[in-house]
Parts: sequence; C-alpha cells; structure tokens
Amino acid sequence: MKHHVSTTINGDAAEFLCEPGALLLDVLRDVLGLIGTKEGCGSGDCGACSILLDGRLVCACLVLAAEAEGARIETVEGLARDGELHPLQRRFLEDAALQCGVCTPGFLVAAKALLDRNPDPTEEEARYWLAGNLCRCTGYDKIVRAVLEAAAEMRGEVR
Amino acid sequence: MRATRYAAPDSVGDAVALLAGAAGRGRVLAGGSDLLVQMRAGRIEAELVVDVKRIERMTTLSHDARGFRIGAAVCGAALAEDALLARAWPGVVEAVQLIGSSQIQGRASLGGNLCNASPAADGVPALVTAGARCVVAGPAGEREVEASQVATGPGETSLSAGEILVEVLLPDPPPRCADAYLRMTPRSEMDIAVVGAAARVWLDERGRCSAARVALGSVGPTVREVHAADAILAGGALDDAALARLAGAARDATAPIDDLRGSARYRTRVAGVLARRATLIAYARARERR
Amino acid sequence: MSDGAEGARKFRWVGTRPVRPDGVDKVTGRARYGADLALPGMLWGRVLRSPHAHARILAIDASRALAMEGVKAVVSAEDLPEIRSEQAFVGEGPTDFRDLSHNVMARGKVLYHGHAVAAVAATSAELAERALAGIDVEYEVLPAVLDLDAALAPDAPLLHEDLVTKGVNPPPQRASNVAERVEMGHGDVEAGLARADVVVEREFTTRPVHQGYIEPHAALAEIGEDGRATIWCSSQGHFMVRAYTAKLLGMELSSIRVIPAEIGGGFGGKTTVYLEPVATLLARKSGRPVKMVMSREEVFRATGPTSGTRIRVKMGCTRDGRLTGADAHLEYEAGAFPGSPVTAGAMTIFAPYDVADVRIVGLDVVLNTPKVAAYRAPGAPMAAFAAESAVDELARRIDLDPIEFRLRNAAREGVQAPYGPRFKRIGHVETLEAARAHPHYRAPLLPNQGRGVASGFWFNAGLQSSADVHINEDGSVVVTSGNPDIGGSRASLAILAAEELGIDYARVSPIVADTSQVAYSDLTGGSRVTFATGMAVVEAARSVVRQLRERAAAIWEVDLDDVEWRDGAARLRAGAGREPLGLAELAARAARTGGPLAGHASLTARGVGAAFGTHICDVEVDPETGSVRVVRYTAVQDAGRAIHPSYVEGQMQGGVAQGIGWALNEEYLFDADGVMQNPGFLDYRMPVASDLPMIDAVIVEVPNPGHPYGVRGVGEVPIVPPIPAVANAIHDATGVRMRELPMSPPRVLEALEREG
Repeated sequence: MKHHVSTTINGDAAEFLCEPGALLLDVLRDVLGLIGTKEGCGSGDCGACSILLDGRLVCACLVLAAEAEGARIETVEGLARDGELHPLQRRFLEDAALQCGVCTPGFLVAAKALLDRNPDPTEEEARYWLAGNLCRCTGYDKIVRAVLEAAAEMRGEVR
Repeated sequence: MRATRYAAPDSVGDAVALLAGAAGRGRVLAGGSDLLVQMRAGRIEAELVVDVKRIERMTTLSHDARGFRIGAAVCGAALAEDALLARAWPGVVEAVQLIGSSQIQGRASLGGNLCNASPAADGVPALVTAGARCVVAGPAGEREVEASQVATGPGETSLSAGEILVEVLLPDPPPRCADAYLRMTPRSEMDIAVVGAAARVWLDERGRCSAARVALGSVGPTVREVHAADAILAGGALDDAALARLAGAARDATAPIDDLRGSARYRTRVAGVLARRATLIAYARARERR
Repeated sequence: MSDGAEGARKFRWVGTRPVRPDGVDKVTGRARYGADLALPGMLWGRVLRSPHAHARILAIDASRALAMEGVKAVVSAEDLPEIRSEQAFVGEGPTDFRDLSHNVMARGKVLYHGHAVAAVAATSAELAERALAGIDVEYEVLPAVLDLDAALAPDAPLLHEDLVTKGVNPPPQRASNVAERVEMGHGDVEAGLARADVVVEREFTTRPVHQGYIEPHAALAEIGEDGRATIWCSSQGHFMVRAYTAKLLGMELSSIRVIPAEIGGGFGGKTTVYLEPVATLLARKSGRPVKMVMSREEVFRATGPTSGTRIRVKMGCTRDGRLTGADAHLEYEAGAFPGSPVTAGAMTIFAPYDVADVRIVGLDVVLNTPKVAAYRAPGAPMAAFAAESAVDELARRIDLDPIEFRLRNAAREGVQAPYGPRFKRIGHVETLEAARAHPHYRAPLLPNQGRGVASGFWFNAGLQSSADVHINEDGSVVVTSGNPDIGGSRASLAILAAEELGIDYARVSPIVADTSQVAYSDLTGGSRVTFATGMAVVEAARSVVRQLRERAAAIWEVDLDDVEWRDGAARLRAGAGREPLGLAELAARAARTGGPLAGHASLTARGVGAAFGTHICDVEVDPETGSVRVVRYTAVQDAGRAIHPSYVEGQMQGGVAQGIGWALNEEYLFDADGVMQNPGFLDYRMPVASDLPMIDAVIVEVPNPGHPYGVRGVGEVPIVPPIPAVANAIHDATGVRMRELPMSPPRVLEALEREG
C-alpha cells in the first residue's frame, strides 16, 4: 500500500506517493526530479546524498521516504536564493574546490549545516565535521579552504 | 527495499501494539543507520517498520533530581548539544559522537546502538561504566534493565519479541568522578571501532583514586568489563606500575576474534593501551571536578 | 609558482585562475551525471553475477524470470556475437576484444566472483532485482586461483586453456596463467651490481586497490527500430564507448551515438565498458530505453581495481652515491583476463634515474579476481614503492641526504630511459632542487615523527584529439571538443582559445560534444587532455586567426603578410591608416567576406613531455597502536606550463590523497573462496577529510618544447611518489622498513614489535 507524503522541499510544498520501503534519496531523484543529491554508496558511508532534514544533516539514502511526512527538507537545489549563489557555492567556484563535482552537492549541504551551528570553525573542526563526505578528486585541501573562507565571508570578515 | 508496511505511532503503547500485531516480523526504526543498511543488504527482513521518532517520550532528553532520562531515539547530535549531559557524562557523549559521521549523528541513537548489539557498538562501554539503566516497554508492561544486560551476543538482545527500549537512564555523577571513552580506528573517522575502551574514575578528597570501572568493546561478543580494574587502581596513585597492571588486566579480559577489521592479537594488544589512556583521561577530568 | 621558465612571454589568461565554465551547474546540482538521465518508457536493467570465483557455465535458463512481473528482456553471452582474439589499442593499453566481451558478459566460464552472467530489464529497479532470482544458472565449480603463488604453481588450475605466455622465446609448450613476460633494459646489470659498494635487495608486496570514484557506473541506452542506438553515459571517453560497444555488439560505428554525461570521477577506471553494451543489448531486445546503474557493491566486486603485485628490486651504488646497477622482477596480478599494467610498471620503475646497467623483467599473471582496469599512472605507484624505498635505503647506508642521492643520479635530457628512448628536456632535477629548497625540508620534527622523500615519473600520452573553434555572429566563441571534463579541462581549453584569439575568457564557451558532433578524440586519461586536446584547440584557433587576418586583408585590400592578429584584433603591421578590426566586427561581416568563421584541427599529438615529481611527507607514528598519521605533505611537480594553476594543484592534491590511502589503509580483502569481504566505503578505507593535512602543491615549470605552450600532462605523476614517501617517513620515524601494503596499524605495530 503506498503512502501519501506531504512535505516541504527547499521551502516549497511537495507531495508524492511512495512504497513503504522506498528511500527518500530515490524519491527525490526519480520521482521529484531533484537530481542534485547523488548516490555514491547507498549505505551512508560517502555523504554524496547529504540533505538537511528538519535542520539536521543526514544521508538521504538512510531515510525512508515515508519519514518525510510533515518534515522540512533542504537539498543543494535550495542553496542559491533569488538567482544568487550561496557564499559556499561561490567560494567553491573561486577556489576550484571541485574537480569532477559529484561530491560537491553533498559537501555544500554538509558545510552549510556546519556553519549553521558553528560560524567560526577551525580547520580541524571543519575536517572532522566533513569526514562523512568522501571526495576522491581533490584531497580535500581546496574544499576545506573554501569552507573556511565562506565562513569568514559570512561572518562579515574580508579575507 | 522490501517492507510491506510502515507506521509512525505517537505513543509507546501504540508502538508496542503494532509490533505485537506483526508477530515477530516487525522492526523498530529509530535513526535507521543500522536497520536500513541491513535491510537493504538483505541481512534483515521486516514486514512492518515501526518508526518511533514521533513518540515524544522516545525523542526527549530531560533531567531532574533523579538524573538524566534519554529517549532511546534521541539522535547523537542532539545528545552532544545538551551541555548538561556533556558536562556530567563526557565519556558517554564522546562515545555517542563517535558513532559515524556528522550525517549519521543526525540520526543514530543510543537505543539503536544498544539494540543493534554490535560487538563494536561505541555507545555501550561508556553506558556500562556509567551504570546506565534502560527502560523497556512491552506487552507485559515496563521494566528496567542494566545497559550491560541488553546485548547478549552479536545482533542479539535480551529484549523479547515485541519489546521496545524506550529510555536510557543515567544518574547524576557523584563529585570527583568522571568518565572517558577512546577507540582505535584505522582512519580518524568513519570506521567501526577495532577496540573501544571506556573508563570511569572516582577520586577521594585527597585526589587519590577510590574506585574505577573499565569496559572494553570490540573484544568479545558483548562488552567485556575489566573487573580487576577497581582492585588494581583503587586506593593507590595512578602510577606507571598500576597502569601497566591495568593494561595487563585489560588484555586478559578480552575474548576477541579475527575479522576483517582486526586480528585478535592486535585487539588484545591495543585494548591494554586504550584502557590505560582512557583511564588517564577520566582521571584528569575527575581531578577537575570538586 | 613559476620556476625555471626564463623568457616566458607574458600571458593574459594562461596561468590565471578563472572560474570554470561548467562550475555553476555543478554547485547547484543542475549538472547531469550518468545516473541523472531518464527517458519516457524507460526500463531498469540489473546484472546477474557469478557466485563462484571459477566455474564452467553449463546452462542458463531465464524462463522463470521472463514470466515474472514487469520483465521485458533477459540477455546473456548468447546474445553477443563471438569475437576471435584481436588486439586493438584504444587509449592507455592494448584491448583484446574477445576478453572484453567475455568480461562484460561471461561466455563458457565465470572467472571471478561477481562476473556478469546475464542481465534483465524490467519496469522498475526493484522488479529487475527480483527477476535475477528467476534466472537459473547451472555451474560446474572449478578450483580457484587467488594469489600469485597459486597462479604460478606448475600444476595450477588454468583460467584460459589457450593462454600461452607471450614474450617467451621459444614459446612455451603448455598453457599457463602467465599471459606475458616482458623484459627491457640496457647494459649488463650483473656487472653493474658487481661494481657497487653497497647493494640493497628487497621484495615488496602490494594489494589490489580501487580507483574509488564516488560516482558508480551508469548508462542509459535507447535503440530505434532502424537499429540506431543512442547511449548516455559517464565515461572517460565516449568514442571509446562507441568503439567498444560497436565491436562487442557487431554494430557499425555510425549507428551508435554516445552522448557524454558529466563524469563523477574515473582515474582510469572508466576507460572501459561494463554496462553500456549490456544496456544497449537489453534496449534492442525489449524495444525500450534501458537504464543501468551499478551499486557500490557491484563497483567493488565487478569493476577493475588495479593489480596487486610482488616486486623484487636489487640496486647498487658506489660509496659516493652513484647508482651502478638496477635490477627488478615484477609480478602483477591481471585478474581474470590478461592485461595488468606490468609493462608500464617495468618502464617506470627506474625511469627517474640515469643507470647504465639496468634490467627489468615483468610477468602479467591471471587470477580468479576481477579483471584489472587502469588506475592513474597504471603500474607505476607499486613500482615506485619498491624502487624509491630501495633508493632511500641505499642513501641511508652511505649516509647521504636522500634528495642529494637522487640529484646525483637524476635522469636528465639525453639520458637513455630504461625502456629505450632518450629523454628530451625534462624537469626531474628542478623538482628535486625545489623540494630541497622548500621550508618543509628543514622544518623541525616532533617526537614519533619522521620525514620521507620520493620521486615519481609518468610518460604522459599524446594520442588523437579533435577540436573546432567557431566564431558566432556576435564575436563570441564556441570551442567544441570530445573529451569528458573530469577535472576542469573545459576551463583550460577556454583559456587556450582566449589566449590565442586575444579575447576575454568569458566570451569563450567550451562544449564537450558527443560522438556525432565532433571528430574523433581519444580518451580523457593518460594526462593528455590539456596537452593534446589543448594542442588541437590551439591549432584550430590559429586557423581561425589566419582566416580573420585574411578577411581583414581583403577588407583593407592589403597583403595577408601586412596584417597581424594582436590583442584580439586584426592590425596593420606597419604604418597607420586602418582602425583595428576586432572579432565581433569581423564576425558581423563574415557573410560578405567569405562565410562563417570556423577552425578545425584533428591531430595525433606529438611532442609529449614526460613529467616528474618529488614529494616530502611527514608522518607521526603512534608506537603503541601502529597508527600512522600524515602531518605535513609537500608535492613538487613539473607541469611544463600550468594553464590553470588551480586545476594543476588540484590534480596534484588528489593524486597525493589517493597515494596516501593506497599506502596506509586501502586493500581488497578476499576470503578463501575469492569473495571480496569489504565491497563498500565502510571497510574499503579511503582517506577522509580528517585524515589529511593541507597538501602544499608546488608547481615547477620546465616548459615542454614539444607543445606550443610548454604543457606537460599533470594528472598521473602525483600518485606515484606518495607510497614510498610515506614508507620512507615511517622508516625515518621508527627505524622500521615497511615492504608490504597497506601500512595499516596492525602491520606497522607488528613490524615495530619485530624490529623495534
């Protein structure tokens, strides 16, 4: 029997039908067309499917779609507002913090969650927070720099 | 992934009734970071998934004169954000924070960690040294059980069919008493613990160790308590000789296996090292408390 | 950044760091990768995989599956034409299409656990997955060969009854599991070693490791009633996908169109096909588009890792640090089919050094494990682990600084490489000197810390590339080429076009075109895109510049030689009297002056510049647990000319991170039945952000005289030095030599206990 789910995604009301065992990641991508959230492993070990669920950073591959009922979901597609990129997105571009880019949506969402809680992380704090996001291309150096610089920018500091 | 039914009750009673109706083919869903992975891999089959995250009692962390009442489905990130809990039980909190990445922390719970009953569960050793108790609800009503008695073997618990672990209870720690948890993983994050060690140290008014409790994870089918720790450490100074004896006792307390995450030999060796290091951290923390 | 490039002309765009043209799509989630595409009426395909490491296929019965809900087609090797053994070189290594066909879909035998046996297309992924259980396969299980010794034993079970070792004279009488023996070198190695004052002879072993790209393989195939197919997929070469799919399915090349999706990492692992021919086959049989996406588990079980190896080196030097001889014996695991990178390993192992007497012998050995695929500088990192550890040991024995030792023996221009040709202008010495001068080399170390140095080499590739440069009517520019953009190549190609045309980078739009829209291009791999496709872009742009000059000359009624193109405009060389004509102006007048302005180049790129790197690594070792942490890392590399320095640095940092993972924690774990025990990111342990420090990427520029801008490939060199750099650092910290990978905590602790 399918569940009817009403939820909010990136500020917009959304609804869908899903099987009880369907995963939120698959519904986001295959039913709602939000392909920005990626599947890298399906077991919560790579963070490519990172989303915010009621403000909490989670892996969408480990959430049942039915759990989204009444929840507030934020994906990478919701980071830019009114045609303006989020400072994190801008810094990732300026600092060449992406190469193939497939891990980038997950990192952006995870980094946003970090800065929501801790606007002034140290390099070590940023690295440990982002340890759940695998990147195979960059060695993390430029990603961490971009996150720290975006944080500074968001604090109003010029760097 | 095959689950024919999903339900999200808003009371413990309803959850218990739902599970009873599934006649053993129902599973409790808290964070899902164990259950969903195992269902997807085909290691667990469930006809009914009971989502307990809409049950207020199970998602609330509170504190009163009797201590802390931690809803079994409270996620690790929320636990870590509770300043009172982090101050009172730093070992428990740091253990929970090691259960996976930031993303897993947004979901994984103490209840799930206990009931998944992995020998490598990070949450369990510190709950054991803390003397935590668990409230279990079932068709016959509610009962309390020591945290150390929940897991009975890898993937097996003492809960009977249809019972739900509802809350974890932690007392307020006495003065000059603190805990710590360390684990060994090949990478700095993300790995399942190869060895885990929790230590809790009580100090007397002169700052000497009056009691100690050490528990090890990943070195046996369930948590292994180092029963000799108290005899070795109590009444004396935490000098190198005592700590070396503690390390030896820890090694003797292990009953590990070889698996893809570590050999028995390595686990035994490192258990001694971590028991010593965790004890020193707990000791330093206890000294800061008056 | 710039070092050793005297007299370099001032560039407007080359060497700057503009934002990549495809960047906004990638940070907003709009970019479409292999699994992000869908078509109406689409079916989902799933693969049935062998439960045995080695078995004969006696029968396949799909009747139950075909009767199941939603199932529209089942395919197996019966649906593929038989291919006789044939060699074809496409990309980085020889490809035997018969082996490729059998790897994509097992015929007669399954040769590894996870080997594809059949595939199903159904109306949902879940129904397709369920249908796999409806395919009945009867196997005759055979003994499996799971390690080198077992494969090389005289009475070893044979994977291929007709496999006779190539490269042996006279050819062996019987088949074996050794596909090929290679030998190369020059001089008299025994005499050379005899002249040495100090000789080091050691054996090193490494395990298979995976490229670890975050995006699993994915393809969507559609085939019309006219037999014309369209495939959307992420790959490192859509022309390769077209060629391989055509070959495997017996189709004409022009009846297949491959459209490149964005690619989520490859590192060599996507220079071959797994799903594309199968999806196309299922699409043909079902009459509907078929989408296939691998799970992470499938990626590990059934796509190529790189070889596990056993390498013996013997190197000798004089007391004053001159190498007198170098001898190596390499055994590389190819997996189920021939084709390990042992030849490249043999070619690169001693390439950083000038040694007159050198011999390398290599064996390509098959085993019942997944067929290996290319992995970034294929064959070289393992070889460097052996040679650079031995060099470090020699340097220590004669109490000589390890960089100084390398400088005394460094390959330079004119030196004969161990594999034959003489080096042209190369920058090994420059990277050594820059490493030695770097503050890292003199920084103090804390207790339990140690420092290691290592050098690395990669040939880089040229191969074929095509590019078109079109000038739009408003003077903006489109640059079309055929290489998937893995790491920022669109930006580099746009930079080169903007530089040649003298216009604003923002006016250049680089497009990665599909196989029907641009002329042939070899793969994205081999560190070749900025070099070879860049060369084609430059040539196409220069053709356009010539056309622009011709148009201006015609408009001004002067000779072509009187017109130059400078700073984005046609100008009279001498004298005044003519206002410069810019790109927009000439484009607007194109119709009246000869037609649309467009340039094309198709070339086999010559003048490849080999490249070197020297790395410095500091580690901290926990002597009680064996944990090793990299605390500081500096990578120095000769890029020839860094077109976009940020992406050059990015290649360096990424290669270093992979090398560190390979060194410390990554390995394939198989059980006694050849089943991989850790096919996921939890237990296949790649470095996470908290495992690594910042990686200082120092670009040295010794321009390659063979390229108009001096470019050398940069993508592969950086994975070569890290393993020995880490091993040498561990030795410096603990006195212990690690000769087995990975250098995981239990192994390090055991070594400490044994030798400490």
